[in-house]
Amino acid sequence: MTESATAPRYAPGTHPDLPPPRRTTGVAGWMYKNLFSSPLNIALTVIGAFVLYSIVPPMLEWAFLKSIWTAESRVECWDKMEVPEEAACWAFIKGRLNIFIYGFYPEAERWRVNVSFVLLIFAVLPVLYDRLPQRKRWFWYVAAFPFLAGWLLVGGFGLTPVDTDQFGGFMLTLIIGVTGISFSLPIGIALALGRTSDLPALRILCVLFIEFIRGVPLIALLFVASTMLNYFLPPGTTFDLLMRVLIMVTLFSAAYIAEVVRGGLQGIPKGQVEAADSLGLPYWKAQRLIVLPQALKISIPGIVNTFIGLYKDTTLVLIIGMLDPLGIGNASLADAVWAGLAREVYLFIAVFFFLCCFGMSRYSLYLERKLHTGHEEI
Amino acid sequence: MATVDRTVGGRRPGSTMGASEISISIHGMHKWFGQFHVLKDVNLEVKRGERIVICGPSGSGKSTLIRCINRLEEHQQGSIVVDGTKLTNDLKNIEIIRSEVGMVFQHFNLFPHLTALENCTLAPIWVRKMPKAEAEEAAMRYLERVRIPEQAGKYPGQLSGGQQQRVAIARSLCMNPRIMLFDEPTSALDPEMIKEVLEVMVELAESGMTMLVVTHEMGFATAVSDRVIFMDAGEIIEENSPEEFFKNPRHERTKLFLSQILSH
Repeated sequence: MTESATAPRYAPGTHPDLPPPRRTTGVAGWMYKNLFSSPLNIALTVIGAFVLYSIVPPMLEWAFLKSIWTAESRVECWDKMEVPEEAACWAFIKGRLNIFIYGFYPEAERWRVNVSFVLLIFAVLPVLYDRLPQRKRWFWYVAAFPFLAGWLLVGGFGLTPVDTDQFGGFMLTLIIGVTGISFSLPIGIALALGRTSDLPALRILCVLFIEFIRGVPLIALLFVASTMLNYFLPPGTTFDLLMRVLIMVTLFSAAYIAEVVRGGLQGIPKGQVEAADSLGLPYWKAQRLIVLPQALKISIPGIVNTFIGLYKDTTLVLIIGMLDPLGIGNASLADAVWAGLAREVYLFIAVFFFLCCFGMSRYSLYLERKLHTGHEEI
Repeated sequence: MATVDRTVGGRRPGSTMGASEISISIHGMHKWFGQFHVLKDVNLEVKRGERIVICGPSGSGKSTLIRCINRLEEHQQGSIVVDGTKLTNDLKNIEIIRSEVGMVFQHFNLFPHLTALENCTLAPIWVRKMPKAEAEEAAMRYLERVRIPEQAGKYPGQLSGGQQQRVAIARSLCMNPRIMLFDEPTSALDPEMIKEVLEVMVELAESGMTMLVVTHEMGFATAVSDRVIFMDAGEIIEENSPEEFFKNPRHERTKLFLSQILSH
């Protein structure tokens, strides 16, 4: 280079630290490196900008700028627009928001759902956030929460009973999702340990269970839950449909969690168990203190992946006649006054699911970064 | 079976001769890996406070031998008695023996999700039921003894190989073991780190700890060991004081081995 000819020379051992060349740092450096570093990169940047330009403004226009928020019917909505059907009619969603949230839960009792939701937040907090003061004491509350929420939602013992077939909407999604997630993790871990255990009977039992559940579609299991389970139970026993669905969904995702955790267990070097053994730690303590913390850390992406899958699969209960958000959406679209507004309904439901799943995904990244104790960068 | 003083506090009780002076005794021990006969009729008595170096070509069964002593490997024939307790399938016995026998591995095997200090306090807290503060105090003493108290809060991934191995030694010492087993403790280290680990081991040997060390560090063997054992193909070929072992090896196999490791 010609520059080096004019650059000052230093005696050996006296070279000072110089600032890096201008093009490699700052905003300009970032843009050069990431957007315009090669002809291909420049072309991709231009194409990307064009695609964004042609999608985002019309999208914003449709969803926000020109959308209608108050109307009594589809026709009134369209009348309010310059060109009919040119924008979203959110009035439809607004009018049915309560049904989307609570399903057909009796209006007078909906405060119980709200209270349960607030209690849920306080139950999730100590589990997800480990710097909470007095965290250990909170776990007593966490352990009591499922019973508390069950009592609030179903009623009895002083509260008006509410039939579970009146549950629906986002509330139903949350009930199935949260129950499935929180119970499938411990069951899945137990299955994974069983599958890697030295006891043949236990191992075979776990393998059979996992392979059976994984070999059958969730829909089939839900049908079994809704129709066939009665054949296996003693005649006359009534067993709540929601309860059956909860059990099936939990077992289904537990089988997947078990395989994810087994993968994590295999990633732990044999030396770790040997070191724990050599210190005299009994099996369960070695698992709990040495093996599982490391195995679960490796498994976080897979576990969260399974949870996200489970959360979205809750929509399948639609098929056995439960009114999850999609069920409510379909029922709403059948209303003659509002028919034809499918885009609004499905977009609304998609946004709800996206926010929940994106939240889980972000939390898993945070957790991975927090548990990282090695030297190298993630 | 001879009953032996098992009190935790009563380490190395005086110099009374008798059965309690025997720390480890192995008689007619055989081990197979599947069809492969790894250890053949091994007989070995280790006295309390004795320092033994085991060497031999790779695959000769030396690691397997010391791993049998704390039951990381199961032997199929013969008997192993550690500190008066016979090794059987009895899990409780195995756990007791393991908590009395420390082991240092070639690849350190520190717990990567715990800090150096937590690595050291884990077993005292969960096996010995020691209060946390007391365990931490003891752990700091041992970390000082291996000369890295300033690294107590770091994770293994942030330490050099030599530092990790010294933490591993401190972790074993925190259980107050009567016997220490070393399985090629310096083989995975860079040359300049071998010295810092050996220094700690020499100090430990001088404090009177019963030690079985699988190593090729002949300097260590000459400096501190009471006996050198040479193994080949699963058998103990030769057993001698370090001076005699290096000056006048009796077996051809030993001579060949020594000429190979000393001339490189």
